[in-house]
Amino acid sequence: MTATVTEPRADARPAPVLHGYRFELVKLLSQWRIRLLLLACWIAPAAFVAAVSLQSSLPADTVFGRWMNATGWAGSLVVLDFSCSWALPLLTALVAGDVFAVEDRLGTWRHLLVAVRSPRRIFVAKTLASLTVILLLVAGLAASGIAGGLAAVGDRPLAGLDGHLLGPADAAGTVLLAWACVLAPTLAFAAVGLLGSVALGRSPMGLLMPALLAFALQLAQLLPLPVAVQLAMPSHAFLAWRGLFTSPAQSGPLLLGLAVSLVWAVVATALAYRLFLRRDFTDLTYDGSGRQVLVTAVLPLAALVAVTIGVIGTATPATGSGIDKGKLQDSLATAYAHLYRLQTQELHRPEVTEAQLQATASCDKGGSLVEDEGAGNDWRCVVSWRLPGATAVGNAIYQLDVTADGRYVADGDGPKEVNGYFQVRTPNGDAPNPLWQFDGNVDLLAASTQKD
Amino acid sequence: MEEAPAVRARGITKSFGDVVALDGVDLDVTSGQVHGLVGPNGAGKTTLLGLLLGLAVADSGRLEILGTPVGRTLAVPDGVAGFVDGPGLYPSLTARQNLSALAALRRYDAGRTSGVDEALEQVGLTDVADDRVRGFSLGMRQRLGLAAALLTTPRLLVLDEPANGLDPAGKHHVHRVITELAANGTAVVLSSHRMDDLAALCSDVTILATGRVVFSGPLSKLAAESGELDYRLLTSDPAAAHRLAAETPGLRVVPGRDPGQRTDAAVVVRGPVEALDDLVVRLVGAGVALRELGPVVTPLEAAFLALTGTGTVSARNDQEDPR
Repeated sequence: MTATVTEPRADARPAPVLHGYRFELVKLLSQWRIRLLLLACWIAPAAFVAAVSLQSSLPADTVFGRWMNATGWAGSLVVLDFSCSWALPLLTALVAGDVFAVEDRLGTWRHLLVAVRSPRRIFVAKTLASLTVILLLVAGLAASGIAGGLAAVGDRPLAGLDGHLLGPADAAGTVLLAWACVLAPTLAFAAVGLLGSVALGRSPMGLLMPALLAFALQLAQLLPLPVAVQLAMPSHAFLAWRGLFTSPAQSGPLLLGLAVSLVWAVVATALAYRLFLRRDFTDLTYDGSGRQVLVTAVLPLAALVAVTIGVIGTATPATGSGIDKGKLQDSLATAYAHLYRLQTQELHRPEVTEAQLQATASCDKGGSLVEDEGAGNDWRCVVSWRLPGATAVGNAIYQLDVTADGRYVADGDGPKEVNGYFQVRTPNGDAPNPLWQFDGNVDLLAASTQKD
Repeated sequence: MEEAPAVRARGITKSFGDVVALDGVDLDVTSGQVHGLVGPNGAGKTTLLGLLLGLAVADSGRLEILGTPVGRTLAVPDGVAGFVDGPGLYPSLTARQNLSALAALRRYDAGRTSGVDEALEQVGLTDVADDRVRGFSLGMRQRLGLAAALLTTPRLLVLDEPANGLDPAGKHHVHRVITELAANGTAVVLSSHRMDDLAALCSDVTILATGRVVFSGPLSKLAAESGELDYRLLTSDPAAAHRLAAETPGLRVVPGRDPGQRTDAAVVVRGPVEALDDLVVRLVGAGVALRELGPVVTPLEAAFLALTGTGTVSARNDQEDPR
C-alpha cells in the first residue's frame, strides 16, 4: 500500500479514431463470412462473365446481356445490373447490418467502451470500417467483371442503350462511371444497415433491414407508380446509371437518384448515430424494441420519402409515369437509326448516316381504347426511315415491352429481312441481327414530346 | 504527499427503472489492497463494478477513483482496467491479436510486442498466443481477460468473477498475478461467489445484499459477525472424540453427526473458539490423535449466509448431511 495520488488526474483520453478504425477493420476482415464475400466478389464475376460470354445463349433479359459476346464491357454491366438488384443490398446487409449487432452477440460492448472510452468514436470507426469493406466488395465486383469480359471477349466498342457505339475508351470510362454512380445507393443501403444494426441489436431483423428494404423497393418498382414516387426511392440510382449509356446522357434521373441516395445515406446514418449515443450499454440483453425502431427509424425515413416525393413533384417536370408516346417514339427512332447503321456496316452495305435515314416512329399502346402512356408490354410501334437516293419509305414493326423504370425491349416483328432473326457476319464472328431485338431506355424526367 | 484511496464511494445510489440496484453504498479501497465484493445474485455487485469502470454513473452519491471525482460515463482516469460480466474478447482473433488491438486502442505502444507477450506469460497463455479465442475454454478466456487488464499496468483492477471456469493451474496463475499486482501497489476489486478464492486473496471484503452494504471491513472481523461456527474434526478414535466433545463445556456435537454413520468418521461440533481449544487439549490428553480440524464453512461464507439472510450455517450443514 505504497502508491500515492497527489493530485486529481485528467480523464483518460478516448482512443484515436484511426486506431479504432484499424481495430474494426481487423475484426471485420478476420470473419470468415467477410473473407468469403471478398473472395466471391473478386473472383465469381470474372468466372461468370468469361463463361457466359463464350456461350451462344446470352442473358438477354438483363440490360447489355445480349452484347456479352460482342464486347468485353457488356459483361461488367450485366454484373452491375445483377448487383444492383440483389448483390449490393445483400452485401451491405451482411457487412453494415451486422457491424454493431456483432458486439451484442459477443457481449463485448463493455470491453469496447472501456477500451475506446467514446461511443462517438466507436460509431465513426465502425461506420468507416464497414464502408471500407463494402467499397472493397464493390471494387471487386467491378474489377472482376471487367477483367473477365476483357479477357474472354476483348476491348471492343459497346452499343449503348440508344444504339450508338461507344469506342473502347469511352466504354471503359462510362462503365467505370456507372460503377461509381451505384456507390451512392450502396451507401444509402449501408446506412440503413447501420441503422438496423444499432436499432435492433442482436435481433436478426437488424441484419435483414437492407435486404428487406431492397425487396420492398423492387416490388414497388414493378407497380405503375408515379414517376415522382419512383425517383424518391433510394434505389432509383441502382437503375438510373443506365442513362449514362445514351447520347446525350439521361443525366436528370441519374443526378436526382444520386442526390436522393446520398440524402438517405446521411439521414439514416444520423438516425443510427443518435440512437447509438442514447443506448444503455449496461443492458446486456438489449435486442431492440419494435416501438423504438418504429419511432426512431421507420417513421423518419417514411417522412423522408414523403418530403422527397413532394420536392420532386414540385421542382421537376415529372408527371404521371414519365413514359409517354412521344418519348418512346423519339427513343425508338434514335436507337433504330443507330442500330440500322451498325447493321449496314456488318452486312457490308453502303455507308449511311443517322441523319440520312430520317428515322421516325409511331407508337400505340393497346389499341385505341387504351391511353398511350405508361409501362406495359402492349406497345406496338412502326419505325419509318429513308435510304439516300430512294423514294420509298421503309417500315419496320416492333413490339415493345416497357417497364416502369423506363427500360424497354424492342422485339422486331417484321419485315424479317430488316428486323427478323438472322445471323450477320461481324469481324468478331457471327452475331444476331442488331435490329432484331434491342434494349432502350426512356428518360423519365425529360419533357414530354407527345406526337400524334 | 497525501495518500488517496484508489476508490472512495459515499452514498452511491443507482436505479434501473423501478429497480434499486445500489442504495447508499459506501466503499473504500486503498492501494495495494485486494478487496472482495460478495453478495447474492442481484445484490448490485456488477452494477458497482460497472461504476468503477466508468460504464455507468451513479444517480446520486460521490465516487472518487484514483483521486479523481467521476461524474459521467467513461470518465474514469487512466490506470483503471478490468471487466464485468466476463472479459470482452473477439473469437475470430487470436489471443495475441486481441491484446495487440487493445494495446493499440489504449495507445500503448502497439509495436512493442513484449508487453503483450509478458501479459500472456503472466497468465500462462504463451503456448496458445496464436490460437483463435474461438477455441478457448471459459477459464482460458478469463485468463486472457486478465492479461488484457495487465497490459495497461493498472492502478485499479476491477474483476468480475475472475475465477469462473478456472482449472487448478489457471487458478494458481490468476491468484499469483493478483497477489503480485497488489504487492506492487495496485488496488484490486473483485467479485466472486467462490468464498475460498476470496478468503485466500482478499484482505478486506464488502458484502452486499439487495443493493446495500451489510458488511465492509477486514476478513478477520468476519468471525465476530458470523457467530458460532461448525468445526469438523478428524481423529484417530472417532468414538472417543465424540464422547470428549460432548463433555467439553460450551461445545455441542451437531445432531446427526454420529461418527458411526459417516464414512469419513468425522465429528462436527459447534461452539466458540475457546471451547474448541479446550477440546483439543482433552483429545491430546486422552491420547487421541487429531488429524484434521477446520470450519465446515469458511468464516466468510458463514458471514455471507448470516448477513445476507440467504441461509444459516447450521442450515447449510444440515443440507450437507446425507440424512
